[in-house]
Amino acid sequence: MKKITVAIAGNPNSGKTSIFNMVTGTRQQVGNYPGVTVEKKEGLYTYKDYKIRFVDLPGTYSLSPYSTEELVARRFIIENRPDVVVDVVDCSNIERNLYLATQLMEMNVPMVLAFNMSDIAKRNGLQFDIASLAELLEVEIVPTVGNRAEGKNKLLDAIVKTAQKGRVTREHRVHFGPEIETELASIEELVTGLEPGLGQKYGSRWLALKLLEQDSEIIDKVHSKELKEAALKSVKHIRGVFKDEPEMLIADRRYGYISGACQETIKTTVEARHSKSDMIDAIVTNPFLGLPIFLLLMYIVFQLTFTIGGYPMGWLAGLFAWSANAITSLWPADTAQWLRSLLVDGIIGGVGGVMVFLPNILLLFLAIAVLEDTGYMARAAFIMDRIMHKIGLHGKSFIPMLIGFGCTVPAIMATRILENKRNRFTTILVLPLMSCGAKLTIYTLIIPVFFSPTWRGPMLWLIYLIGIGLAVVCIRILRVSLFKGETTPFVMELPPYRMPTLKAISLHTWHRGWIYLKKAGTVILLISILLWVGMNYPKPKAESLKGLNSHQVRQKEISNSVVGRIGKFIEPAIKPLGFDWRIGTALIGATAAKEVFVSQMAIVYAAQDSGESHQSLSEKLRANYSPLVGFCVCLFCLIYAPCVVTVVMAKSEMNSWFWAGFQFFGLTVLAYVITLIVYQAGSLFAGY
Amino acid sequence: MEQANLIPLSQITQGQTVKLVKINAGRGLRMRLASMGILPDVTITVVNNRHPGPFMISVKGTKVMLGRGMADKVLVQ
Ligand SMILES: Nc1nc2c(ncn2[C@@H]2O[C@H](COP(=O)(O)OP(=O)(O)O)[C@@H](O)[C@H]2O)c(=O)[nH]1
Repeated sequence: MKKITVAIAGNPNSGKTSIFNMVTGTRQQVGNYPGVTVEKKEGLYTYKDYKIRFVDLPGTYSLSPYSTEELVARRFIIENRPDVVVDVVDCSNIERNLYLATQLMEMNVPMVLAFNMSDIAKRNGLQFDIASLAELLEVEIVPTVGNRAEGKNKLLDAIVKTAQKGRVTREHRVHFGPEIETELASIEELVTGLEPGLGQKYGSRWLALKLLEQDSEIIDKVHSKELKEAALKSVKHIRGVFKDEPEMLIADRRYGYISGACQETIKTTVEARHSKSDMIDAIVTNPFLGLPIFLLLMYIVFQLTFTIGGYPMGWLAGLFAWSANAITSLWPADTAQWLRSLLVDGIIGGVGGVMVFLPNILLLFLAIAVLEDTGYMARAAFIMDRIMHKIGLHGKSFIPMLIGFGCTVPAIMATRILENKRNRFTTILVLPLMSCGAKLTIYTLIIPVFFSPTWRGPMLWLIYLIGIGLAVVCIRILRVSLFKGETTPFVMELPPYRMPTLKAISLHTWHRGWIYLKKAGTVILLISILLWVGMNYPKPKAESLKGLNSHQVRQKEISNSVVGRIGKFIEPAIKPLGFDWRIGTALIGATAAKEVFVSQMAIVYAAQDSGESHQSLSEKLRANYSPLVGFCVCLFCLIYAPCVVTVVMAKSEMNSWFWAGFQFFGLTVLAYVITLIVYQAGSLFAGY
Repeated sequence: MEQANLIPLSQITQGQTVKLVKINAGRGLRMRLASMGILPDVTITVVNNRHPGPFMISVKGTKVMLGRGMADKVLVQ
């Protein structure tokens, strides 16, 4: 059995994911490329005598050094030297798709072209002379239909055949014209003489080509000053002759080569006509209908997520409650009570609290997958771009923000649709300001306590609006300070509308759901345990609990615990916000999950029977705090530190504890300042 | 010179087809456009030109959306 590695490259929307799924089946591993947050998928497949490891490269249009995705793809090909690279080509749009292929050919990797979308190409009347084209490009070409898994064995055969042949020097290559070729030859000669090591690794012609293109990553690798200077001289020479950058000329020649190759081997039998896609676009991107249609679709997505998701969520919650009860009732009365409490309150309470959202999150991901795979998402970005642009982000950022009203965690994961790092980080950092579902539980506890029915709606609305307003302000500040830069040079392909397949969508959904589950099983488990310890230890002395009922015991325990002590310790700091140590304690507990605030308040106020707990808690709150304090609690909860799950997710998506910490503390400071102002000003006016 | 009759893409009305002549932008942006098939000498059809939102064009059978700022930098004939 031989082991080989196969990298799958291709343009976005070429059907790369479908091909990857086709050859690997469902056994896939999802991770990240080292050091960046670009998703890396891998899968194993055994075919004939070969154990093939497939690696999905990010979808790119080229292999230039201008984007992380392209750098990641290029580095993988250079550093890991896959045995074969499969370039998935949308052959209904062949010329542009072959641009990437020419760059792969320049790297001299053993390559197979998957002519995907061959059904559409046929429908559009394109006829390929595959044999001649394969000979011309010196690669194996296999027509495929990714979504219907057609061409699988032929593709695998071609991969095996290419792997057996190994690296061979090509006879044909893109000819860049006499001027450029002369310069290339002279640089190539210098490379062999001055940097033999690099020449060996990258191939001297490729290295010379990159130096002519002034490829920053490659230039940095070159040590020889003489070589760099010679390359710069060549660049200047070419610039002088053609009045343009060598890089552009080289790109132009690549297209020239492609169109030459296509002219000889491709025939069009039908004239292009208006497609269905154009008709749909005429409606959904219509200046008047576009926005209402988009909002309606989003409304449907949310409705479905929360109504349908409500059922399984209820079952899961029931299951966790049932197991908690089962453990409690079956637990031997006087052995290791701490362990029972750890299991029930800490682990089931903490991890379970996160897991119950899984159905909602899966449904949300499902909806996103459908919108993405049909091609609608790109249109949504088109429609929202104008508004988002004014704020300083780009249209696609709107989608994660909208999801943020449901839950910040999937929203952060949804920022993967943003290619630009500045956009992505800015969006992630402000996402917690979109009030999530858990924060809503806090508002629904507090608001009715202090405000009359007529004011409740407007109050809630105001809180949400403040969040959005603050987000806009924060985005603007971030975009002129830490994430300065043009509002992304915005170019985005609008793929034709396609019917998504069930398999692709379920895989898509499952991958993301799995990431969420893994987080819940690992980091969140750990943090739940830590918080549980913090809220239960140290225990008060046994004699001080004599004669108290169980609620009073719990109250005493909390106030004596680490979290309770911290609450008291920070009381002087939060006093100017109108908060006492009880609120402080609940706020700390709520960093585990926002809805914990409510249960924490209930515990510290030793609310009576759980059935009436809300009733009595409300009364106690009314007796102890003013409406201004109530409002300030809502305000503070809206803004301050995101919950632990969000922090963990933000860390892993931004790949940096620094930014996750920046978000955590930044938002807390912001919350403090704003609540301070509101409380102090409010007290002054109202004379509290 | 012939520079005189160059017009920014953003001024082209919906439905018209033009030839791209020049892109006034940095290397990174020009290369990104080139990799998507948008480079001098290609023909561009303006599919959607809703003032003042983004811009939708069709190049070699693919629809591409351009920010309006960018459509100003693309000169056509
Ligand atoms: N008609 C047709 N549709 C395809 C083919 N391959 C993929 N698709 C569809 O094209 C869309 C995008 O495919 P996907 O694999 O997600 O593309 P990616 O963006 O390159 O990963 C999906 O809706 C697929 O079902 C194909 O060969 N023919």
